This record gives sequence, C-alpha cells and structure tokens, in this order.
Amino acid sequence: MATSSTPPFLASDQSLSPTPSTIDVRGIVRRHGAVLAVDQVSFQVRRGEFFSLLGPSGAGKTSVLRMLAGFEDPDEGDLLIDGRSMLGVPPNRRPVNLVFQSYALFPHLTVFDNVAFGLKMRRVASTLIEAQVRQALTMVKLFGKEARRPAQLSGGEQQRVALARALVNKPAVVLLDEPLAALDQQLRQAMQVELKSIQQQAGLTCVCVTHHQEEAMMMSDRIAVMHQGRMWQVGSPREVYERPCNLFVSRFLGVSNELPGRIGAPIGEDRLFQPIDADQPPLTVRTLTSEQAGRPATLSLRPEQLRMARERPATSGPVLSGRIEKVLFAGSDTKYLVRVGPERVWETRMTSDASLPSFAAGDPVFLHWSLPDGRLFFE
Amino acid sequence: MRRGWAGLSVVSILVMVFLYGPILVLVLYSFNAAHLSMAWRGTTLKWYAALLHDDALLAATANSLLIALVSTFGAMCLGGLLALGMEQMPHRRQRMIEGGLVLPLVIPEVMMGVALMLFFVMLKLPLGILTVMLGHIVFNVPLVTIMIRTRLRKLDPALREAAADLGADSWQVFRYVTLPLLRPAIWGAVLVAFTVSLDDFLVTFFTAGPGATTLPLKVYSMIKSGVTPEINALSALLLLISMACVALSLHVQRREV
Repeated sequence: MATSSTPPFLASDQSLSPTPSTIDVRGIVRRHGAVLAVDQVSFQVRRGEFFSLLGPSGAGKTSVLRMLAGFEDPDEGDLLIDGRSMLGVPPNRRPVNLVFQSYALFPHLTVFDNVAFGLKMRRVASTLIEAQVRQALTMVKLFGKEARRPAQLSGGEQQRVALARALVNKPAVVLLDEPLAALDQQLRQAMQVELKSIQQQAGLTCVCVTHHQEEAMMMSDRIAVMHQGRMWQVGSPREVYERPCNLFVSRFLGVSNELPGRIGAPIGEDRLFQPIDADQPPLTVRTLTSEQAGRPATLSLRPEQLRMARERPATSGPVLSGRIEKVLFAGSDTKYLVRVGPERVWETRMTSDASLPSFAAGDPVFLHWSLPDGRLFFE
Repeated sequence: MRRGWAGLSVVSILVMVFLYGPILVLVLYSFNAAHLSMAWRGTTLKWYAALLHDDALLAATANSLLIALVSTFGAMCLGGLLALGMEQMPHRRQRMIEGGLVLPLVIPEVMMGVALMLFFVMLKLPLGILTVMLGHIVFNVPLVTIMIRTRLRKLDPALREAAADLGADSWQVFRYVTLPLLRPAIWGAVLVAFTVSLDDFLVTFFTAGPGATTLPLKVYSMIKSGVTPEINALSALLLLISMACVALSLHVQRREV
C-alpha cells in the first residue's frame, strides 16, 4: 500500500479533521482484576483547552490520567496524542507531563534542580536550562527561591514548583491530578484563578482530574463527568450544570432538589406532573407531548432557580408549598431548607440583603420557578 | 507513683552497670601500669604503644580491615541488588525471600560457622582469607538487604514515576532519584556491615585457616596465655572503632528524611 498512490488518500483523510485534537481517546477499557476501572471511555481534547475529568473517588478518572501519562496501559482501545498512538510508549517518551497530587517533588534536589530535571534528562544545553527554569519560576511567581529545598517551602509554593517542573518542558499536554486538593480553602481558591490564568497565558492544553465540582466548573472549558468507570456526560460547565443528562450528574454537580412523581395529562403545550407525595397538588412540567401518561419521572431544580414567597404567587407556573425548616446564614448568601413533603427537604438560596424580605424557621412559604427550568429525569 | 519511678530507676541503673561495668573495667585497666595485677600502679599509655610494635597484632589488624572492607563491599553489591530486585517481584515471593533473609540472623552462629566450614571443605576451597570473606558476606547480605529495603519501601513511588514522567529512562531514574534517596541507608548499611565483620568471632573462627588470623581471633589466642593489659588496650581500641562506626551509621541514617 505504501506506493505513490497513497498521498491523495492521506490528503483527503486530513481534510476530514482540519483541527486535529491534541488528545484523542478511543474506547479505552481498563480492568483492575475483575473490576472494570475504565469502561469504554472516549473523548477528545482540543489544543489549548482545559479539560476536567470530574467524578467521585473510584470513578476511574485517575486511571484515565495514568493511562495518558503512560503508567498504565489500556486493556482495550487506543489513545492518541498529537495524532500518534501512545500504546506501548513508556512515560519518558510521551509528550505529556503530570503534576502529581502529592507533588512528588524530589526532596534531595533544590527548587532549581527540580524544575530543571526534565530538561537535564533531555540533555538540553545548560545555558538554555538556566534561562528556561528562570522563566518557568517567574511564571509561577517563585523567582528567588531556586536554592531552597522542597521541605523549606509552604504547601502552596510546593504546588507551584510542581507546576513549573511540568511547564518548563513545554509538553503537548499538562496532566493535573487533583492539583489543589492538598491546599487549604483560601489558597485553593487563589490558586484556581492563578492556574487558570497561567494556562491561558501559556496556551496550555490541560487534562485535570478532580472530585471538586466547583473547582472543575471554575477552571474548565469542558468537563467530563465520570462514575463507575464510565463517562456520563461531556460538555461545558454550564451545559453539564444546567442540562445534566441524568440524576447522578445533576446531584454531583450541585444541589439537586428532587421530586419524584408521574407524568399526567397534557395541558396545552405542557404536561401535568403528579408528585408522589399525596399532599402536593399536580404541577406543570415541560416535556415531550408524546410522553406516555403515568410514566414515572423525577423533577429536579437547582436552588438558585427557586423563588420563595410568603403568599401564593399569582403565576400560572409551577408552585410548591412548604415550611422553612432551617435558616443557614453563610455570609453573602443565606441558605433556606424548606420542607416540601414528609421526607423531602429542598434547598434554596437568597443573597443576605437586609432590604429583602426575611424568612424565619417555621414560616410557611411557597416555592415557584419558571416552567422551563424544571428538568425531568426518567428512570 | 513516685515510689514506682524510684524502683524503676534503680533497676535501670543496675542494668546499665551490668551491661557496661565490665567494659568500663576493661578500658580502665588498659591504662593500668601494673602488669598481670589487679592492683592500680598509676596510669600509662605504654600498652597502647606496645600494640604498635607487635607485628603479629599488626598483621591481624591488616587482615581484619581487609576482610571487613571486601566483605562489606561484596555484601553491599549483593544485598543492594537483592533489595532493588525484590521491589519488582510479586508480594508472595517478596515475603518468601524476607523469611529466608531473617533465617541467617536467628540461627545460632556456631551452626552457621560449622556449616560454612563444611561447605567450603566440600567445595575443596582451602580455608583462608577468601573463605572468611565469603563467610562474612553470607551474614552481612541479610543485614544490608533489610536496611536498604526498609528505606526503599518508605520512598514515595510517585517520586520514581515523576522522574520517568519527566523523561528519565529507568537507569536515569535510578541514578538521579532512587540512588540519592537511598544514600543514607547505603552508608548506614556499609558502617553496620563493616562493624559486624570487624567484630565477628564465630564464623571467622570456623572459616579461617592459617595466616587468616583476625583481631578477635588474635585476642582469643592471646587470652590463652593470660589476660594482659595489652589485650585490654586492644579491646578498648576495637570497642572505640565499633562504637564510632555504629554512632556514625545512626547519624547518617537519621540525617535525611
């Protein structure tokens, strides 16, 4: 086949994908003994994109990351970086660098030598190493601490060294394994902003593993939600948050106020929804008119989609009555837990603004929302 | 409560006296000017000076040092490689080898000495410096392996992964990450193996032939003709060297993380 007749073939093949993905994962499977750690996972990551694998522990996201880094090999499927299959390529020959959760800084080397490690392994000239290490350290704001040992640095500084040690090699992809998990809350939030700006500034392609949904949403261009080895949904943070594909994704990405029930009769364009709790009147929901009546479904709403009122609001939209059970003041926001059924408590939030009507525990209230916000999930 | 503590300190002091009293007496009498007498006739360093002019003693010292050096080196090579190799093995086999390693440490040393002697005779290896060296390697390998392995297992495996991720091949991972991090354990093991070899009597006794007299053997043969202050001086020196080695070993191992 390798004759002169092949070029046009190749050319047409390339025209099919004008912007090749940096990472192309095709149906990878990874077994740990009898357990399917990763089950038929496929995704692409574009150049310059910040892509997060989000899921609870044991979801298989770390396995995916380790397969990208080359520490594990998939049992099935293929994994391409810059169009080249990585199967059988050892970690030291892959154009990726991993920032470890524990940072894995070399304790016997100075900050400078830690960052220079990758360049030295690639036998870069020492004059170039000097300049590039300085540049990387400047980027992570650690200039002037080259001579320190990792043990002499704070957690946040160690995190920066780990980042610089990866960046300095100019890898095609930076892999981040729970990069901020070891930092305290305040530092974590500051680093989220900083990591994101470094990524944008340097045009890095990043794949980040995290179980922290807020972190994933703040930093990512796209998020892949993983659970039990499978990838459930891939999309922009707004997409997966506002239009989760199932209840698991909905619950994992934020508070999901749920109400199980059955689809009822049509009213105009919309349908009635009979909650399972007997004391709640039917609500209107928006779903396909062809949906079979009587089909069980669960209605889900985000806290911020709910409005709360003392009097029954004069709207034709859905309204649910309840009683405030707890008021949780959290600074700029106040959380209200509202009992809407014998075994059902919904959460809503309001800005802690003194000019707004205030509610107290025990108050009877009405929760209402705009019809299209209510999302239905079928079993 | 207080009474209990007082009782405990009395016992502790007695134990210390029991442990270190004889050694202290020995060191003390190495400075005694009297010959063949327990009576104190003033302090002198002449027994130490005499050691320096005893040719047989100097030859034994040279033997001891040579044997300690070679057997330490041999044990380090074998034990170090074994410790590194064990890391790659399945857990069951690691545990089996661990059991095998402890065995030479717990069986009576006399048995080990006799067994080694019979083994060398069977191999028609003439007993001499070489057989003593081999014998010392045998009991030092487990020590070295266990010490290096302990350190190796404490290392974060992510460090080696990080090195590989940064482009190091397996040799470079070893050269630039594993080896430097093992250095304290390596020096600690060197000093312990050296000391144990220098001090060993039983295995040496059974595996040494003519011309392979080491310091402990020399002391033993000298004692047959009575305890002289010269022996006291020699023992005090040996004690000093051993203690220095062990103290240094503990120090280098404690220094780094």
